[in-house]
Amino acid sequence: MIDQTLTNLWYGFSVAFEPHNLMWSFVGVLVGNMVGVLPGLGPLSAIAILLPLTFVMHPVPAMLMLAGIFYGAIYGGAIGAILLNLPCHPAHAVTCLDGYPMTKAGKGGTALGIAMLASFFAASFGIVVMIFFSPLLVKVAFMFGPSDIFSIMLMGLLAGSTMSGGSPLKGIAMTLVGILCGVAGTDVNTGTTRFTLGFPELADGISLVAISMGLFAVSDFLLNVNKATFVGSGAKVRFREMRPSKAELKQAFWPMLRGTLVGTAFGALPGTGPTITTFISYALERKLSKTPERFGHGALEGVVAPEASAHSKTQVDFIPTLCLGIPGDAVMALIMGALIIQGIAPGPQLITEHADIFWGLVASFWIGNALLVLLNIPLIGVWVKLLQVPYRYLFPSALFFIAVGAFSTQNALYQVIETLAFGIVGAGLISLRFPITPILLGFVLGPMVETHFRRALQFSHGDMGVFIHRPISATFIAISALLILLQIVAGLRRALRRKALQ
Amino acid sequence: MGFLKCNRDYCGGILMILVGLGAALGGLRYKIGTLAGMGPGFFPTAVGVLLALVGVGIALTAAPSGRDDSKRLPSEWRGWACIVGGMVAFVVLGVYGGLVPATFSLVFMSALGDKRNTIRQAFWLAAAMVVIAVVVFWWGLQLQLPLLTWSGS
Repeated sequence: MIDQTLTNLWYGFSVAFEPHNLMWSFVGVLVGNMVGVLPGLGPLSAIAILLPLTFVMHPVPAMLMLAGIFYGAIYGGAIGAILLNLPCHPAHAVTCLDGYPMTKAGKGGTALGIAMLASFFAASFGIVVMIFFSPLLVKVAFMFGPSDIFSIMLMGLLAGSTMSGGSPLKGIAMTLVGILCGVAGTDVNTGTTRFTLGFPELADGISLVAISMGLFAVSDFLLNVNKATFVGSGAKVRFREMRPSKAELKQAFWPMLRGTLVGTAFGALPGTGPTITTFISYALERKLSKTPERFGHGALEGVVAPEASAHSKTQVDFIPTLCLGIPGDAVMALIMGALIIQGIAPGPQLITEHADIFWGLVASFWIGNALLVLLNIPLIGVWVKLLQVPYRYLFPSALFFIAVGAFSTQNALYQVIETLAFGIVGAGLISLRFPITPILLGFVLGPMVETHFRRALQFSHGDMGVFIHRPISATFIAISALLILLQIVAGLRRALRRKALQ
Repeated sequence: MGFLKCNRDYCGGILMILVGLGAALGGLRYKIGTLAGMGPGFFPTAVGVLLALVGVGIALTAAPSGRDDSKRLPSEWRGWACIVGGMVAFVVLGVYGGLVPATFSLVFMSALGDKRNTIRQAFWLAAAMVVIAVVVFWWGLQLQLPLLTWSGS
């Protein structure tokens, strides 16, 4: 078994080291690193904007690039959070709490250096978990029937919408809206076109590019125009300062390990977002610390643990996405959507049928993470300078790339209008304080949820009991019920507290 | 203040009820079928009903109005109009003018949406993007859009 794995890994490295693949992987991590630092542009918008480009690429380099953007952005996010107190990606909000005080105390370099080491360690751990866990999961996954897959997806969607922060009911509502967006187009079972609102263009369904660029880029610009005033205080960091001392390494070791494990556990659960992961690992460190009062004033543990958890989660997230076809969060949903557009269905058969993609990705994670550590050292100064590129130049140029990208997917200008429409809808929903990332999760999973739901009931001749008679399915239904129950209890407690306050 | 001002949770809930009901009614137009043999209308109707129910939940549990209105976003009509207008201009000029005027008008208009951009800055930014559009996208990536055209082809 180990033999087989090592052979596969070796094969993966040979795929990832092909010059063409290596180049795109490099482009991915570079772009990701950059957007991670830049406020107002997250990995979601970057992947959405580059998505049209991947349509003309071979699937392997396309995946390597998109994945590179994802984990590259997490490295970049740490830089913005620690040096500038800018949580460009909500997952890094907790890193700001202790990272920025460290910078103010002149220890920003150390914080970054240790965060990077911890990130690399956590990512490597996540990759190892992925290597050994995925084949096992695949063996189990082959036994899943449609009802089991439906229940797992249900749990993933519920977890994704209730645990990503904000009001859980609003999250669920957005997931349902996303599912409805996924319904539009031709029904695969009967060939009926549904919800096209009289537009023949919608017969193929809403395009992933339009919905993701509209929701995550255009709506962002609509909300931030004339409001975004980002000032970069150029904290200079030299390489010498980034080398942590032995005492600091010792201090950081256990938090790093605990953060990694928290991230791994959350990564394996489909649906839980990165933000909750980093918050929990931060809270855990504070609880375990003998001196909790240092937290918030530059505690090294408060930087290391959340960063480590974000990275191991990012890597482990790929397991349910690739092996089950159930993405953990919106970024994963987007990457999975890109795979499907390439004509590759994620699921248990992916590892054997598309070994080049799976093992190539695994190997490229390692190469990409190593590249990022090396890149970050000379590039931090460049990124900090880049923060001073005014938003007023950035967004008109980005709009042009969006328009051209939307047009190029089908050589049709109505795609630009579709993108704009989702931009306006997204901006409206955000200003009504709806979280919009669950829309994407619902949109990508919706058609599969419907197919498996229909198939499961077809096999059982309409007996709804099929979802609770099979043990795997019943387990996940029980977890879903528990999730709902927890939310109700939490909601009631909030309401009681509000009453007590009045 | 008070209840006359739209409470955002409340409005959001109502909106979800409307969208859910709309989807459910829309789904009813297609064949529903039975549980064992679902028609194309079954799933959207079910999801629509569920959404409407969640909308009721959101509206009922809405936080008391006025508590968080301090964080209300000020309206930004100039920025919004310029971004939306720029993208519409891209589509219209893409059909009747070609890539060059479409790109120029999109970048120029949306840049003017930011109050701090002067006309001169917007012009140069738009001109720079036109160069990128022509060199990278039209020449390099062979974008299927004519550079300049007079007819609506």
